[in-house]
Amino acid sequence: MILIVVEYTSGKVSKSTWEMVTAARELAQQKGGDPSITALVLGSGIAPIAAEIARAVDQVLVADLPALAQYDAELWSAAVAQIATEGEASIVLIGGSRSGREYSPRVAIKLDAPLLEDVISLKASGDTITAQHYTYLARVTETIEATAAIAVVTIKPGVFNPASPRTESAEQFDVDLNLPTPRLKVTGKTAERSSRVSLTEAEIVVSGGRGVGSAEGFTQYVEALADQLGAAVGATRAIVDAGWRPYSEQVGQTGKTVQPKTYIAIGISGAVQHLSGMNKSKTIVAINRDAEAPIFKIADYGIVGDVTQLVPAILTELKK
Amino acid sequence: MRILTYIRQVLDAEESVHITNNAVALENSKLVMDTMDEYGVEEALRLRESGIEAEIVAVAVGPARVQDALRTALAMGADRAIHVETDIRLDAIALSKVLAKLATQEEATLIFSGGQQADWDSHALAAATAERLHWPQVTWTSALELSGTTLTGKHDADDGSESFTLELPAVVTTQQGLNEPRYPTLPNIMKSKKKEMRKESLEQFDVAPKLKFISAEIQVKNRINKILDGKDVPAAAAQLVDLLRNEARVIA
Repeated sequence: MILIVVEYTSGKVSKSTWEMVTAARELAQQKGGDPSITALVLGSGIAPIAAEIARAVDQVLVADLPALAQYDAELWSAAVAQIATEGEASIVLIGGSRSGREYSPRVAIKLDAPLLEDVISLKASGDTITAQHYTYLARVTETIEATAAIAVVTIKPGVFNPASPRTESAEQFDVDLNLPTPRLKVTGKTAERSSRVSLTEAEIVVSGGRGVGSAEGFTQYVEALADQLGAAVGATRAIVDAGWRPYSEQVGQTGKTVQPKTYIAIGISGAVQHLSGMNKSKTIVAINRDAEAPIFKIADYGIVGDVTQLVPAILTELKK
Repeated sequence: MRILTYIRQVLDAEESVHITNNAVALENSKLVMDTMDEYGVEEALRLRESGIEAEIVAVAVGPARVQDALRTALAMGADRAIHVETDIRLDAIALSKVLAKLATQEEATLIFSGGQQADWDSHALAAATAERLHWPQVTWTSALELSGTTLTGKHDADDGSESFTLELPAVVTTQQGLNEPRYPTLPNIMKSKKKEMRKESLEQFDVAPKLKFISAEIQVKNRINKILDGKDVPAAAAQLVDLLRNEARVIA
């Protein structure tokens, strides 16, 4: 079987999971053997998640336990490895989120399996799995291959098309798990502000850099444009370091990688470390004072000029 | 206690990438210690400077040239270095076997490694090493303190940051924001030349990579590149909105 570990947020199956369903369906067609798709839902109070994903797969395994109320790398990897072994999975698909990329290596070692990280394409033929992923801060596309009875794969979010649910629902089964006691104790949480769409799932991202002038300038130009377009907000490392914006909004090598349909860069010159986090966006729009800024080399559309005048004029135009 | 800091040598981020024979060519390019790993060396030094008795051992796996990155770690203040020499590229799962064995041999109780590798973009080494050692790990750390054998700090999770406590032994991944790595001073660079650089061969680690690297290519997306002059502000704004609405069809 092909095993998908379901990612969810705020009581709903995440877009990344629907993307994994697409990857699993493609693999199921290519692979011989048992091509059935099983979804594993881990957590506490997750009945709605299990019901939702049941409309996408052949079987749903549910571990609804108080012990799983909070993600932990040791818990998640133990659960996934156990289910993969018992179900004789041939491929384990895990989301390319921060947590997915954290616990997947543990799963690979427990299963003595190869790990294919953050893949953007997948092909299977018998026991051989071939994938592409980005390297060199997303500047290079590399092809990797593994031949094994079982492989662990993390799927880069925002690349595969999200699958649509069917009308019929697959059967759900409760599973028993042998779980370790987590050793990392979480003593507090600072949630990211969620008034806007999430940065990694948004269709449009509006980002700002030093060219917006100040923290107030960011609100006035970047946030105003994002709100007008229903977009998520991103920032460069420079302005996060300057304390204008929280780290959770940082796009780039040390922040988030985004691949939206449209990326609008306001007052961003385009340092390599920022470009690596957004250069795969479908359409890139740049507004910057400096015509020589590297951002214009990868832009589809742009204006060379003063952000403080151009953004208000664009807002006026959009409201017309 | 003994702290291992894992060091990688990578292409400087400002260098352009070249492909020859289906792989990235590093000849004639500027190579540096991976920035993400610098935070680990710095954090180990800070823990020691906070009064903890610790020996800091920098570890690298790769061809002879990676000794340059190890020398940088020694010049920053690490006590000695271990270089496992190989020309084979190891994926993170294979590499974790080397690091876990070294940690056991060296009786280390804390390992630092960068959150993401600047060349292979991998996140996997820390958790894989922790799994082999049956240790816990904490990733994407942005603040860290050690008191006795208890680590406390902050790290980034899926939807925000979390405060944590964790008992040693543990693997910790480092990132921007954790600290400001120091520059090696000239006297420390001189001193580092006398520090121990132990060479090991890869054979004793019994590594069998399961991942094959087939090819690498630079895919340049063709961009439309319509860049307008913004001197006439209202005209440029109107034209851009028109292009996005009617040509690219990306906004309503």
